[in-house]
Amino acid sequence: MKKGKIIRTAGPLVVASDCLGAKMYDMVKIGDIGLIGEIIELKEDRAFIQVYEDTTGIGPGEPVELTGKPLSVELGPGLISSVFDGIQRPLDVIKEKEGNFITRGIEVPPLNREKKWDFKPFVKKGQKVEEGDFLGEIEETPLIKHKIMVPSGKNGTVIKIKKGKMLIEEVAAVIKSEEKEHEVRLFQVWSIRKNRLVKKREMPEIPLVTGQRVLDTLFPLAKGGTACVPGPFGSGKTVVQHQLAKWSDAQIIVFVACGERGNEVADLLLSFPELKDPSTGRPLMERTIMIANTSNMPVAAREASIYTGMTIAEYFRDMGYSVALMADSTSRWAEALREISGRMEEMPGEEGYPAYLASRIAEFYERAGKVICLGSDKREGALSVIGAVSPPGGDLSDPVVQSTLKVVKVFWALDDKLANMRHFPAINWLNSYSLYAESIKDYWDKEIAEDFSEIRQEAMKLLEKESELQEIARLVGVESLSDQDRLVLESSKSIREDFLHQNAFHPQDTYTSLRKQYLMMRTIIHFHNSGLKALKEGINLEDILKLEIREKISKMKFLEEKGDDPDVLELFIEINNVFKELLEKKG
Amino acid sequence: MHKEYLTVTNIVGPLVIVEKIVDVKYGELVEISSPGGQLRRGTVLDVSTERAVVQVFEGTTGLDIDKSSIRFLGGSQTLAVSKEIVGRIFDGSGNPKDGGPKIIAKKRRDINGRPINPQARDYPSEFIQTGISSIDGMNSLVRGQKLPIFSGSGLPHARIAAQIARQSKVLGKKEKFAVVFGAMGITFEEAYFFIEDFRDTGALERSVIFLNLANEPPIERIATPRLALTCAEFLAFDLDMHVLVVLVDYTFYAEALREISAARKEIPGRRGYPGYLYTDLASMYERAGRIKEKPGSITYIPILTMPEDDKTHPIADLTGYITEGQIMLSRELHRKGIYPPIDVLPSLSRLKDKGIGEGKTREDHADVLNQLFACYASGKEARELALILGEAALSDMDKIYMEFAEKYEDEFVCQGEHESRSISDTLDIGWDLLRMVPKGELKRIRPEFLDKYYFIEK
Ligand SMILES: Nc1ncnc2c1ncn2[C@@H]1O[C@H](COP(=O)(O)OP(=O)(O)O)[C@@H](O)[C@H]1O
Ligand SMILES: [Mg+2]
Repeated sequence: MKKGKIIRTAGPLVVASDCLGAKMYDMVKIGDIGLIGEIIELKEDRAFIQVYEDTTGIGPGEPVELTGKPLSVELGPGLISSVFDGIQRPLDVIKEKEGNFITRGIEVPPLNREKKWDFKPFVKKGQKVEEGDFLGEIEETPLIKHKIMVPSGKNGTVIKIKKGKMLIEEVAAVIKSEEKEHEVRLFQVWSIRKNRLVKKREMPEIPLVTGQRVLDTLFPLAKGGTACVPGPFGSGKTVVQHQLAKWSDAQIIVFVACGERGNEVADLLLSFPELKDPSTGRPLMERTIMIANTSNMPVAAREASIYTGMTIAEYFRDMGYSVALMADSTSRWAEALREISGRMEEMPGEEGYPAYLASRIAEFYERAGKVICLGSDKREGALSVIGAVSPPGGDLSDPVVQSTLKVVKVFWALDDKLANMRHFPAINWLNSYSLYAESIKDYWDKEIAEDFSEIRQEAMKLLEKESELQEIARLVGVESLSDQDRLVLESSKSIREDFLHQNAFHPQDTYTSLRKQYLMMRTIIHFHNSGLKALKEGINLEDILKLEIREKISKMKFLEEKGDDPDVLELFIEINNVFKELLEKKG
Repeated sequence: MHKEYLTVTNIVGPLVIVEKIVDVKYGELVEISSPGGQLRRGTVLDVSTERAVVQVFEGTTGLDIDKSSIRFLGGSQTLAVSKEIVGRIFDGSGNPKDGGPKIIAKKRRDINGRPINPQARDYPSEFIQTGISSIDGMNSLVRGQKLPIFSGSGLPHARIAAQIARQSKVLGKKEKFAVVFGAMGITFEEAYFFIEDFRDTGALERSVIFLNLANEPPIERIATPRLALTCAEFLAFDLDMHVLVVLVDYTFYAEALREISAARKEIPGRRGYPGYLYTDLASMYERAGRIKEKPGSITYIPILTMPEDDKTHPIADLTGYITEGQIMLSRELHRKGIYPPIDVLPSLSRLKDKGIGEGKTREDHADVLNQLFACYASGKEARELALILGEAALSDMDKIYMEFAEKYEDEFVCQGEHESRSISDTLDIGWDLLRMVPKGELKRIRPEFLDKYYFIEK
């Protein structure tokens, strides 16, 4: 293998000479211990390399091995339930080999080489196949059938197909096209910098149901869509991402813990095997892949971790699954870019970030989408992407936030003030938006209830009105408001506290089905409208506010979910009754 | 023998640039000697075939280009660790400062440590009772957590930290525990306060102290917290102890880092701090925690003083992004004479959720905590409103909440410096306050707990 020579080491950046012939984004092995790095700039015979491990002890004169291959991931059975570092090294294997603390220069294959998988072929000898077609499948977990696909660019006739238990490196099928024979193993290798191909992009219009009321009802994300969650520290970015990883109705979750806390990864790792998927009852770990490159792990690997996760997510999307990728936090990835760029002495843009920050962010989110996958069956797949952003001081003018907002379609604005009041999720209902709400409307009104979007609209209007009225009340006092307006204040308070507020750590409250969300909101709006009517008939506001049913409304969220939610339905009827009583009492 | 170089070509701030070098490694430890001067140490920050940039821990005062000689020692800075380290006082570079003997090294550890494999971490969930209501009740600390104190100049963070060190215990357990204290750039008086407090309570025998005081070289501060944490890791994961690490003041640490960055002419980030401040802080803060098969733990309380009490200042901001919450001190409460002046609303413990509740503290803890937050927040809002419109403009509920906020500060937050409240006392005080509010308003509390606790009087 060709070798270059180190001429400079500065933290995560190594410069090597004698590298003629090396290509951009090629993987290299650095120094006598063989640290993994990637070429990010070429200048004459010199290569600038970002190193994915700590470079202490590496110096000029040491060799750099040029592998001639791009930094890639392995895609095949064994991915699910795994926890990888930023460049797809399995952390459990590293722990077994090296103990509790991470060492350097470890070489471990991403996928288990010794495990045998039961391969069920779908095709027969002589059958014509094209890229993306299923050759067969493996039941990787009870939840996930791992499809073995014809690699992209390969079309032809199956001339050999195997069946039964086999290792991932064994040849499962041979495809002949023109003169060439192509062996297909159970896994593929794919460069992390290259999008996986699809047939066609489509518009997302089905909601990704997350069980989080403020998200699903007010600011929905579509399957195949993009969302961002910016906010200062402690405002709830991570909890939102974890809730999505736990409860959203995607079939595969890829969670990228990028430059954040080790204990948050531990939390997921310890809770996911215990938590059950609400629709299948299986442990959540059986549909989850984690990429963990925490803040104390090497900086450059943070940059790669996002792409490692994305490529794995695309691979499962290609099988026709609905996949959701969470990245917590994309700011740490941007900071890694900035650090390397600074060491290379590139001309800095805003806040020291490189000038290409915005285009990198846009490229990243563009890998999301609802698609028609490769393959003759024209199956649909979806990849939804949700990125947390951590702006300094919570200031949204931060370049990472601004570049992100230009590309994503859903903005969940976390608000420090709400978090301080422990109103969680601290998503500001006035600033947040979802550009999917229009296209998802059909789904809601057809699948959930015909007046879903109407009721949602009413709730949003009440919240708008509330902020106007609060402004007035602040100037002249609540007393000067009309009874109607004061009822608006009370009802919107009820929307905030009884509906939007949702405790992620309460066993019942943590997840609410879309159907129950609708029933809850309808109940609150029904109370409001009944109240307005009663006011018109001369009932006192005080008497309406004293109604005991309001306490019941505030406890709706704690009611256990069952079938048609008779308890919530009953409240609706009860509201009619108590107002009738009020009117009767008045005579 | 290591080769000596007399090829210093440039001295700038805390950096020395050496040329015509052979076989030098990144991160390598360096010895610098100058005639008449003491032996100094440093580390390689950037190395190319022609030259190395060396950061000098003790600073460059008195060094010259001509006569300074440099030796590259191979390997990086280490700390000698053994059982004998407990009860000792060291300077900011790890040399004994108490007149005692040098530590006979059974093992030497790289002070930069290595990242804990996330897969090896155990989630911290053991409640630590500090005896301080505003921490235990509202922002509970657990073993293995990193929970900083965000303070300001003149606020009593030292007294609070000492009180935590003095009173902390895990309910129903008696285990080996130790305190590691590190001072970075604080005054003699402040450091002396801690040491005397440890001495008075007998904690000194189970403490290890690293001191870099205000008059000592700023660059040494880069090493001090790493020495302290390396020591803590040894005590926790080799000797199975529960270690509480208190490091004060990270603001001075960050300033030292900024000095180095400026000398290297790096592109400055916000307020001149280097762009990698986040990563640098994380490499220390993340050393707290628990490991699955190990009984010991590192609980970490870094203290920083926010310039102008501004929590969006990079040091506080980046710290908050890494640590598992923060205890925020308030000048307003301090002025009102409330000790400890902990502002519970912007304070947070991210790990409390799994550390409290039935079997750990009390079944009603989570609900009481959420309700107290909500009521206090409403009370403070009402207080603001009253300031603008006058009390007459408040609704009856607003008035109740305003009174709640007053009492909450006086009775719940305020307590003695030597008063250690049990968690159940803390929660009972909470209920006493909640009874000021009509039952129907207490939406954050599950009905069964309302039934059980709301009506009983003390
Ligand atoms: N939905 C929620 N329910 C209950 N508590 C929450 C919720 N969201 C956030 N929190 C609280 O806020 C804290 C900080 O949230 P986190 O997601 O870690 O913030 P960030 O990632 O923005 O720094 C959590 O530890 C938790 O106590
Ligand atoms: Mg977070």
